[in-house]
Amino acid sequence: MSKIVESLPNIPEVLPLDPAPQADPAVRVKPLITARNVNVFYGQKQALQNISLEVPANQVTALIGPSGCGKTTFLRCINRMNDLIDICRVEGSIEIGGQDIYHKDVDVVTLRAQVGMVFQKPNPFPKSIFENVAYGPRIHGLAASKAELQDIVEASLEKAGLLAEVHDRMNAPGTSLSGGQQQRLCIARTIAVEPKIILMDEPCSALDPIATARIEELIDELRENYTIIIVTHSMQQAARVSQRTAFFHMGELVEEGATEQIFTAPRDERTQSYITGRIG
Amino acid sequence: MESQQHIVKAFDEELDQMMSLIVEMGGLVETQIIDAAAALVRRDSDLAARVIAGDKIIDALEIELDNLTVKVLALRQPKANDLRTVVAALKISSNLERIGDYAKNIAKRTNVLSMVPVVGSSATTINRMSTMVQTMVSDVLNAFVHRDLNSAIDVRQRDEEVDQMHNTLFRELLTYMMEDPRNITPCMHLLFIAKNVERMGDHATGIAEQVHYMVCGEMPDDERPKGDKTSYVFVEPNEVDD
Amino acid sequence: MTDDFTIIPTPHTRRRHKSELRFQWYGKAAIIAALGFLVLMIGSIGYKGVGVIYQTKIELDIQLNADAFDPAQLRKADFSGLVKTALRARFPDVKNRRQKRRLYGLVSSDAGFELRKMVEGNPNLIGSTIKIQLTASDDIDTFIKGKIDKNLPESDRRVKDVEINWIEKLQADNSVVQVFNTAFFTSGDSREPELAGILSALVGSFFTLLVCFLLSFPIGVLAAIYLEEFAPKNRWSDLIEININNLAAVPSIVFGLLGLTIFLNTFGLPRSSPLVGGMVLALMTIPTIIIASRASLRAVPPSIREAALSIGATRVQTTFHHVAPLALPGMLTGSIVGMAQALGETAPLIMIGMVAFIVDVPASILEPATALPVQIFLWADSPERAFVERTSAAIIVLLGFLVVMNLGAILLRKKFEQRF
Repeated sequence: MSKIVESLPNIPEVLPLDPAPQADPAVRVKPLITARNVNVFYGQKQALQNISLEVPANQVTALIGPSGCGKTTFLRCINRMNDLIDICRVEGSIEIGGQDIYHKDVDVVTLRAQVGMVFQKPNPFPKSIFENVAYGPRIHGLAASKAELQDIVEASLEKAGLLAEVHDRMNAPGTSLSGGQQQRLCIARTIAVEPKIILMDEPCSALDPIATARIEELIDELRENYTIIIVTHSMQQAARVSQRTAFFHMGELVEEGATEQIFTAPRDERTQSYITGRIG
Repeated sequence: MESQQHIVKAFDEELDQMMSLIVEMGGLVETQIIDAAAALVRRDSDLAARVIAGDKIIDALEIELDNLTVKVLALRQPKANDLRTVVAALKISSNLERIGDYAKNIAKRTNVLSMVPVVGSSATTINRMSTMVQTMVSDVLNAFVHRDLNSAIDVRQRDEEVDQMHNTLFRELLTYMMEDPRNITPCMHLLFIAKNVERMGDHATGIAEQVHYMVCGEMPDDERPKGDKTSYVFVEPNEVDD
Repeated sequence: MTDDFTIIPTPHTRRRHKSELRFQWYGKAAIIAALGFLVLMIGSIGYKGVGVIYQTKIELDIQLNADAFDPAQLRKADFSGLVKTALRARFPDVKNRRQKRRLYGLVSSDAGFELRKMVEGNPNLIGSTIKIQLTASDDIDTFIKGKIDKNLPESDRRVKDVEINWIEKLQADNSVVQVFNTAFFTSGDSREPELAGILSALVGSFFTLLVCFLLSFPIGVLAAIYLEEFAPKNRWSDLIEININNLAAVPSIVFGLLGLTIFLNTFGLPRSSPLVGGMVLALMTIPTIIIASRASLRAVPPSIREAALSIGATRVQTTFHHVAPLALPGMLTGSIVGMAQALGETAPLIMIGMVAFIVDVPASILEPATALPVQIFLWADSPERAFVERTSAAIIVLLGFLVVMNLGAILLRKKFEQRF
């Protein structure tokens, strides 16, 4: 008589793929920028409350949140552009590479040369394309000769992906370019002074989708050499360009994490409400 | 949280519509499971024919649901829990569609079985299995609608019982076939039917995992208890010792 | 659905359209009234002043007897006497002493001087009889230009019948000619209207404005740049801003008084000089320039400043490389408008003594001088009929300069205006 038997095979234990390197790469690298308990006041009004945030090097960190949430204020703290506003007061510390940029010995001009900024509306100087890019290196004495300056200008335009479009009209006014080109010119102007960090304040809000896509591609390329912090109103943009996302709400940093996590499974309900477009 | 409305009302309406399509599809699939099992037990060719025809409606619903999810993905660009809901809905619809297909396959085999003599009480066991699977589908869809994580986990655990019943049936039918080669035809069909029901259970488990992802934002990480050991069963030919 | 879609006017919309139309008419009426007054003013001034272009000359034959001249001292000769002799020769029947005086009055009191200049220019003429065009006196000039009514009773006329008679005779001989009035543009003030010119006033105005510009432009622009770009915004800067605005509204005569007490009495600077005039006008112009410059600095978009600062420019670099060049056309425009205002200013100049009777053209900013508007004021005060014409002509010149300056401001703005 035949018998029915079972032969359970000996299956070797297979460890699941380690998902850690993708999930949260920032925790391991030492942060380039560390903000600790940053409070910002405009006169009596408190604009930022106890912001503590670590920004890893060579990544794109997006700051998102509703209008007036303080994300631009925070951005402008990083290169001390808030100094220009008389009634603005900053408390707490922001360290870049371990040095507190709000220390009294810090030279704001040197700081800003290393923490560049790109603004919401393209703001080229009303001068030639060449002069726009050459201005920064010239005032910082980065070029010893005319030829060297020419090289810096061309290299910066190349990095900003604009050289091919403007190489034959370097003396045309910067304002004659299209909006997207102007914004790339502004990026070229910023990287011409060799910053470590580039702050971007809604750089695509005045641009059409194609120009926006070009800038986003550029941001992704620049990430290799620069640390980028971008403020954006467009969550799609934050999702597309950033590796890390911080959500600000009413002057508070609600949640910060890998962009993928923020957009698929945010931890905080306020983040969830905001990014899913609910009334919150 | 869920009571909160989207700023864009049309988005809410589309999500609601998606939910109700899933529920409608799930209801139909449940009926198909019950009817297919009933047709098998009662050897009812008419009912079986109705089940075969009913599958078309499920397929149509799946297409409608797929179109809706694609539309929502394209137009609303859902994020966070919305995104997870839409992705879960897309996968659940395909799971339900597969369950519907198995029910149809059972109904087809029922036609053949009604032409041959009854073998053992396997049909009754299959009916019990089907009822279990139908309850699982019903529960998991409730869990989906109410975002009930615990009941999704519960459904996932219950699949083990289905697997065990399948094991038992497998051995039973194998025995019948060894006893009398004339049993082979009905037994083969019954074997496939049992396998179909077991697969239905797996799909219900799949739905439970989607619900888990939708609610928590991650797939369940623990290994699911698996009771299906039929893959390792074989018949040891007896030695010619007499 | 289509029933309530109506595109024909309803009584309500018709009423609204009417009120709009009415408003447009008010606006047009206001503009027409303003233009009308302007045309009236310019027309009347132009009508009164246009006669200055020509000047009446009387052609006389004058015998230059050699014995009347001492070759060593040509100047000492009695040129007036020669003119008088010639006039008597022309009208030999005039015997009466009173009438003789009238006869001599046909030509300007400077006629002898004109003759002297001619003889000095060419001494070879001595001994011959020459034909010379002598400037007619102001009354005769006015009469020839038809501004004195012949039909008035003789006692009400400055030009008597006998003089009219002489003129008609001279005219019959083609001895009365109208020539271009060079004297008006080449000479200084004079008691005699036919000899009075605006050159000294023009030069005085030029020196005054030069001083005013050199003082007020740098001070005003630097003050504006500091206040706008560097000064912290607090209670003090608010106070300063209010005071600058108030200063711009201070009546100009107050600045004149200030100049009188400080510049003249305390510092002892030369009275009536363009230097002091320019300083006083600069005081007046500085607030205007500050306000205009601040406005044009404020019009430079902050994005330009942010752009420069964000790449590490200092505030001074930002200001002088980017902001100030962009604001410069506006600053210049404001300054020119301020200058134009200063050009037309009279009261403060009167206070510091620039109301003096200046015959000679000033050669430096330290010499006594007068200014165009003050000259107008002086002439307007004079009783002679012929000064009316000159007053109007001077006003035309002044307005001309103002128009040119304002046009210059507009052109500057057009040329350098930057699109951001």
